[in-house]
Amino acid sequence: MDTPLARQEKVGKMLEIKNLHVKLEEEDKAILKGVNLSIQAGEVHAIMGPNGSGKSTTSYVLAGREGYVVTEGSATLDGVDLLDLDPEERAAAGLFLAFQYPVEIPGVGNMTFLRTAVNAQRKARGEEELSAADFLKLVREKAKALQIDADMLKRPVNVGFSGGEKKRNEILQMAMLEPKMCILDETDSGLDVDAMKLVAEGVNALRSEGRAFLVITHYQRLLDHIKPDVVHIMSAGRIVKSGGPELALEVETNGYAEFLEEA
Amino acid sequence: MALVHPKPDATEARLAALSAPENPGWTAAARDAALTRLRAMGLPIRRDEYWKYTRPDSLTAAEVTPATALAHDDEAPIFAATEALRLVFVDGVFDAEASDAPELAGVSVEMLSAAQGSDLHWARGLYGVLEARGQSPVARPLAALNTAGASDGVLIHVSAKAAKPIHLVYVHKSERSDAILHHCIKVDAGAELTLLESGPAAARLNKVMEVEIADGGRFQHVRAQGRDHDRRAATHIFARLGRESTFKSFTLTANGVLTRNECVIEFTGDDAVAHVAGAALGDGDFHHDDTVFITHDAVNCESRQVFKKVLRNGATGVFQGKILVKDGAQKTDGYQLSQALLLDGDSQFLAKPELEIYADDVACSHGSTSGAIDETALFYLRSRGVPLGAATDLLTQAFLAEAVEEIEAPDLRDEIVARLAAWLERRRG
Repeated sequence: MDTPLARQEKVGKMLEIKNLHVKLEEEDKAILKGVNLSIQAGEVHAIMGPNGSGKSTTSYVLAGREGYVVTEGSATLDGVDLLDLDPEERAAAGLFLAFQYPVEIPGVGNMTFLRTAVNAQRKARGEEELSAADFLKLVREKAKALQIDADMLKRPVNVGFSGGEKKRNEILQMAMLEPKMCILDETDSGLDVDAMKLVAEGVNALRSEGRAFLVITHYQRLLDHIKPDVVHIMSAGRIVKSGGPELALEVETNGYAEFLEEA
Repeated sequence: MALVHPKPDATEARLAALSAPENPGWTAAARDAALTRLRAMGLPIRRDEYWKYTRPDSLTAAEVTPATALAHDDEAPIFAATEALRLVFVDGVFDAEASDAPELAGVSVEMLSAAQGSDLHWARGLYGVLEARGQSPVARPLAALNTAGASDGVLIHVSAKAAKPIHLVYVHKSERSDAILHHCIKVDAGAELTLLESGPAAARLNKVMEVEIADGGRFQHVRAQGRDHDRRAATHIFARLGRESTFKSFTLTANGVLTRNECVIEFTGDDAVAHVAGAALGDGDFHHDDTVFITHDAVNCESRQVFKKVLRNGATGVFQGKILVKDGAQKTDGYQLSQALLLDGDSQFLAKPELEIYADDVACSHGSTSGAIDETALFYLRSRGVPLGAATDLLTQAFLAEAVEEIEAPDLRDEIVARLAAWLERRRG
């Protein structure tokens, strides 16, 4: 058995962001101004921060969304330069972003979507594609745990889904794709307490030694259910403070004001 | 002052190039009447309002523009897996040897060329009749030309529920073939037929199909216009619908340098349903025109038009669709949708949706849009690991889905979906 330290040596840093500067493509406006973040395999990190601090931008830039220009710095996943890859290559490398606003895709069945995604990633990694029967078995099993019924699987992707259904559908995709690095962008927004618990259970079920999470949230309440190892406070495009879970409680009590002053 | 008008000369030149059938028999009167109609209106020219978006020149010229017939060995012929009575036309000429025996319980199937010699025929009440009705309020000279000069066609009389579809297989071989085909289909009360059509037919095709559906009859039509690149086609469907009858037509057009598909539907009995749909895929030198005219002249009828076009590399799509609701056609439910997905900035979609309503208790709606691939959806798919090309195809198929879903039979629908996917895949390279 490896000691925790030895394991960490072996798996190394899962996500490593160094001095990341990002501006908008359309206008000369800097959004991220030197973000540094290092996440080890098996860890759960949370980023909190006020509106406009650059939390969602960080997630989009990591996932490869268009419209942003990286002017400085780097981001690697397991030593692989993420910024050099297309979004689908980042996904195949093991990155997953659970969207704050999951996209509705009329005309594409949820099942077709899931199967296309799973098999595309398997193919990219040189693995055999799942047979229709194996896929069906797998998706039913994972869907059941998230209380996603057959009807939701049949309907077009996210079309007519409630807020909670959309977020559960994100977690289902995560469970099916089994990524190494999961980023949850305000997964708690628009969820009632029960739905948040369900989503958190889905996430917790996926926690493992080889997998890391970055949870982006405004509020501490999600972190009651998904317990982070490290909490970061982001403000004006930088991480201004990092600490243990107690940092989230501090924010809950005192707000962000003191951190903004520190920045 | 003499007005120089190109119409009479061009029309006469085209007529001179027609080869009249030797023994027109009972069709003679209809052919003569059509000739008179055609001379009165003249063949279409660019200045005609109805041909504003589509150049008729190559469709009306005396000479055929040569078109290479391409062999497509990379996929099985479409609808090959569907058991059907197959009738094969090679460059517009019926090929009896390649066809099935025209025997189908409850259905009479004859060739126009053979049947027109007899003195009396049921099709006498249909041949050129619906075409003539369809000339008002808008002239359709190419259809009159067809009635006057058709070399052959199929006459189908359906008196029961047909056990299997009839499949008209059009084979294009000759570079200069110029086919004029005229089909008549009569569906008796309570009878039912599915008609399939596939293939590019000829270098130039002028086709008319007249469909009369009696009370409670059902007619389903699925057509795939083949993969030839250079061919040209002008087709017309004229349908007249009786009480509680159903007419459903779907057309897939992938390739073809010029296609004009006109569909003219008239509701004459109450509570009838007509759906016309099409999916067109155009790449490069491709011009596709759907022109639809639906007349509601009965109570509580439903018409639905769903046309989707995917265009790239400078391809052009046209939609002219009209719903005319006559005085007294209350409770009409009319829906018209025409949409184009432009995969690049070079392609264009020209649409002219029209509603003309004289009844006061109707529900009619229309929508026409053109746009690019939804970038947000594209990123979402890619972020899940679906490569750009496959993600674009998936969204393109999703765009087409609403039209394809108009096909009732699942096996036919699946086959069309597979063809769409294959077309996209080939272009992804």
